[in-house]
Amino acid sequence: MTLSRRDILKIGGAAAALPLLGGTAFAQEKLKVGFIYVGTINDNGYNYGHNQGRIFLQDALGDAVETTYVENVPEGPDCERVLRELAQQGNKLIFATSFGFGDAVIKVAAEFPDVKFEHATGYMKADNVGLYNARFYEGRAVCGTIAGHLSKTGKAAYIGSFPIPEVVMGINALALSGRRINPAFTVKPVYISTWNDPAKEGDAARALIDQGVDIIAQHTDGPAALQVAQERGIVGGFGQGADMSAFAPEAQLTAIIDHWGPHYVNSAKAVIAGTWTAGDTWEGLKEEVVQMGAYNKKIPADVVADAEKIRTGQIDGSFKIFTGPIKDNTGAERVAAGVAMTDAELLSMDWYVEGVGQPV
Amino acid sequence: MEMLIPIIVTLVGAATPILIAALGELVAEKSGVLNLGVEGMMLVGAIAGFVAQFYTGNPYLALLCGAFAGAAVSLIFAFLTLSLSANQTATGLALTIFGTGLSALAGAPYSAKPIALMAPLFPDMLARDPFWRVLFGYSFPVYFSFFMVAAIWWFLKRTRTGLILRAVGENDHSAHSIGYSVVGVRYAAVVFGGAMAGIAGACFPLLLTPQWAESMTAGRGWIAVALVVFASWRPLRLLAGAYLFGLVMTMELYAKAGGGVLAIIPSELWAALPYLATIAVLVLISLRRDASTNAPACLGKPFMPAN
Repeated sequence: MTLSRRDILKIGGAAAALPLLGGTAFAQEKLKVGFIYVGTINDNGYNYGHNQGRIFLQDALGDAVETTYVENVPEGPDCERVLRELAQQGNKLIFATSFGFGDAVIKVAAEFPDVKFEHATGYMKADNVGLYNARFYEGRAVCGTIAGHLSKTGKAAYIGSFPIPEVVMGINALALSGRRINPAFTVKPVYISTWNDPAKEGDAARALIDQGVDIIAQHTDGPAALQVAQERGIVGGFGQGADMSAFAPEAQLTAIIDHWGPHYVNSAKAVIAGTWTAGDTWEGLKEEVVQMGAYNKKIPADVVADAEKIRTGQIDGSFKIFTGPIKDNTGAERVAAGVAMTDAELLSMDWYVEGVGQPV
Repeated sequence: MEMLIPIIVTLVGAATPILIAALGELVAEKSGVLNLGVEGMMLVGAIAGFVAQFYTGNPYLALLCGAFAGAAVSLIFAFLTLSLSANQTATGLALTIFGTGLSALAGAPYSAKPIALMAPLFPDMLARDPFWRVLFGYSFPVYFSFFMVAAIWWFLKRTRTGLILRAVGENDHSAHSIGYSVVGVRYAAVVFGGAMAGIAGACFPLLLTPQWAESMTAGRGWIAVALVVFASWRPLRLLAGAYLFGLVMTMELYAKAGGGVLAIIPSELWAALPYLATIAVLVLISLRRDASTNAPACLGKPFMPAN
């Protein structure tokens, strides 16, 4: 039995039966894959990264897949509607790319048992809901190595949005790796309570630089802080989510680049082969889901070599940044010597390592 | 103490766009029109200014384009509320939503492209001097904002045209009965407000962060609207209010960045201060009879002459 799309439109009134019919209708045809983004694909950061992953998937599998995306999807009831529409349009694999989509995904997935869902950075699984995330902190460890070598004042800052584990992990990885090089290296976290307010990010960078910080890392979605670093001529900072060297050619020392493409390809292949199961992947430099941008040419060769050692060490598994002894910023030992923190411990991290100033 | 000059420099940058937008809104409200579309007009001005700077590299032209774009979208508002007597509150809110969407659409191709910041107005010898930069280190819009405070004060207080504008805002029927064009005056005031909001928006890519980002004004248009009430429709108080808001916004960040004495007041308190200040000022205003009656009597009311 085959149905053309026009036939489906004709029987649109029988909306409840639609997913069932769609299931048989499209089984032999190309796999339709849907994506929803919380922001715009032009944010030059997180959502841009996911969309690049979608394009990577389309290019890699060509005629075997058909991808669609919906951007600027608000977290909440509206997200349910968008997910339901994508499922009804015959998408058999749907990626929900923001943490806040979680509840909606679980709800809609229960209504469409034959559709596979994958939720980025989430924590709620179901039979047809898998989870995927990236080890961004591995990139932070490479950045911290460079920062520890290059900082003249030994003071770095980290402009974050909200104190969620994801951000705390990044701050701690930067501090731990910086202090391996320079034991006096400190990181000052500043939370600005927003993902997108470039003027505030810029002013936060100004305030930090005025107080002697010469390395600025940021965990917001734009390049505003890097631009201030460039303007003020400090040692530099790091691109986040995407290469931002166009905005700050002198100041961007390297960048942490999100590269979701390979994961999307693997998932789509598994669905086509019928081997997909609800997984829980947390991939990093090794799987190339996290990549480093080009090193700025002003970085001395020995520093690049050290940074590369950290990068390759995390790829072959010989180096894990969250390995004890780790003290927190009150001086208490949190991780014993030689013990590596587990993923569950990392994902619920709510304390700062030694050398990180307590945010005020 | 050595922190004082950097703080002032950052504070001036934060206060200037708010001040310019609020001055435009003040003139519109003085003529009796409440335009809640400031945020939307700022965003349209921001993308217009960005695009002009991107292609020409001439920041003055960019400011002018911002002004024109802001004025153009304010004309839509003026037509709906003045010619068609639509509800001003609803139309203003719609203008903000429209401006946000329009700027996002127009700005989509420009997201990954940097531009040059506007250079300081004065020669480097003064502008880069560690001390004198506190007076001479800024670019044109900062001095323009101060000039406009004086100019608008003088216009409203001392000129005949300013008197007519106030008359239209205080009692439209009387102004109409002695032969002034109420709708004409209000059109002019709204378009002026739109142009000022456009310039204020263009300040974001030209002064603060040389890039385009969706919704980059991040709610500052609403602060401008609130400031006009806060200042009880007086330009000099508006200047003080804009710098007070700029100060607390800046101090929050300097306190978080943690420098000695600055950390004495917790950053949460700095972050809450604008709202505490607003409440305090509103209470003061309502205690003082003369100030509470300072709102233009016809503010927000459509003008429908009985022929």
